[in-house]
Amino acid sequence: MAVKVRIPLPLRRLTGGQAEVEVEGRTVAEALQSLDRLFPGVGERVFQGDGSLRRFVNVFVNDEDIRFLQGLDTSLKEGDELSIVPAMAGGA
Amino acid sequence: MRLRCRNCGREYPLEPLYVCEFCFGPLEVEYDYDRLVREWSRREVESGPASMWRYRPLLPFTGEEPCDIGTGFTPLLRAENLGRALGLKNLYLKNDSVNPTFSFKDRVVSVAISQARLFGFEVVGCASTGNLAASVAAHAARAGMSCFVFIPVGLERGKVMNTAVYGPRLITVRGNYDDVNRLCIEIADRYRWAFLNINLRPYYAEGSKTLAFEVAEQLGWTLPQHVVVPIAGGSLLTKVDKGFRELVRLGWVEDAPYRIHGAQAEGCAPVVRAFLEGKEEVSPVRPQTIAKSLAIGNPADGYYALRVIRRTGGKGVAVTDAEIVEAIGLLARTEGIFTETAGGVTIAALRRLAGEGAIGPEEVVVALITGNGLKTLEALEGTVPESFPEIDPHLRAFRELYEAMHARAIA
Repeated sequence: MAVKVRIPLPLRRLTGGQAEVEVEGRTVAEALQSLDRLFPGVGERVFQGDGSLRRFVNVFVNDEDIRFLQGLDTSLKEGDELSIVPAMAGGA
Repeated sequence: MRLRCRNCGREYPLEPLYVCEFCFGPLEVEYDYDRLVREWSRREVESGPASMWRYRPLLPFTGEEPCDIGTGFTPLLRAENLGRALGLKNLYLKNDSVNPTFSFKDRVVSVAISQARLFGFEVVGCASTGNLAASVAAHAARAGMSCFVFIPVGLERGKVMNTAVYGPRLITVRGNYDDVNRLCIEIADRYRWAFLNINLRPYYAEGSKTLAFEVAEQLGWTLPQHVVVPIAGGSLLTKVDKGFRELVRLGWVEDAPYRIHGAQAEGCAPVVRAFLEGKEEVSPVRPQTIAKSLAIGNPADGYYALRVIRRTGGKGVAVTDAEIVEAIGLLARTEGIFTETAGGVTIAALRRLAGEGAIGPEEVVVALITGNGLKTLEALEGTVPESFPEIDPHLRAFRELYEAMHARAIA
């Protein structure tokens, strides 16, 4: 399943400046793991030791927060768009 | 001054950065407090300008002239009438609805836009529920910078007009605030613009500390025992705490205990819910409340706000829309202050806290009134009279009306 991942600025040093990357994965977790295989180091910045997402990282699938879906187990279909977004942003 | 990750402690120079490259934690501004202890004094503050810039050494602006439209040093009013109604003898209201664009947001924007200009940005922007929008647009006008303001559809007319008048490019986004915010984070990553509450956030957020500084100074350099703070993104609440801690660090106030209470609307209470359920993490919600300025379902600082509430022994209180409207009326009729729905949330929460005995009758309490009532007239529909007696311009006409009113009052 090929999906597109939008890379936030703090991770672009690891992706060689690429703002969008295509990866394979049937779930959000798998997609992020394949991103880490392509660009080692992404994983440790996005995941905590136990494999869950870090507190300050939000992930969206087609503009929907995965916490309103099935979290990292949210399944993906061909052409889905993932966004990794820093949580510590915004006010009112 | 430098930036430091609040989560992992990594340090960064004073640049337009907002999250740690390693853990995505928030970056916070740190100051050289030892130097400030030696070189700065309360007396110097007291002879400074009657604005938030009297506390300049504790604000992250490293240039010469800040972009200031006259923000801060707003009145701290003793509220005897409202206090009587709630059974509180030492109640104070910090009235931030009298800032230049009628909300506390001028404090954060004044700092962030000043530093953004210094960093060389030419365009500023923000994601906003309305109050920030007006403030950013006004300051951009003053600074002569281009301005893009993004708001969710369906905001109150007063907030939209109060923004549009300053001439920004105003863009409405089909979605709620959280959608707008996520979009703006992605835009900020693509364009070299200063989104004040996103990529300039460490600078922006510090402006809120001036509320705490002013409260303490206006109370004669003492800390109140309770502060009631509305929660939207949660940043204000954490910065009130940081402001008090800094005054203690400088030795300007006694290190007396204070409780910081967080107020939200029931229709959008992610922080209060986590507080009541004893959870450490804040789960996002989909907002549904008339308190649109607080309608953030995914509060960036929720986690830290929750920690401050717990650490200080405060409470989280969620109030209904009906309580909010009632509280707006109560504040107006007892103290002559007309606040928007966010202030209604604060006063309604204060009322609950007093009723439950969480605040003692003699204790010193400050409620933060963060925005002006003219911004949210829609919320009052059907709760205040809108038709009134109409008479000809003759003394006789008034006399007849008055006598009829008098007769009705007696009957």
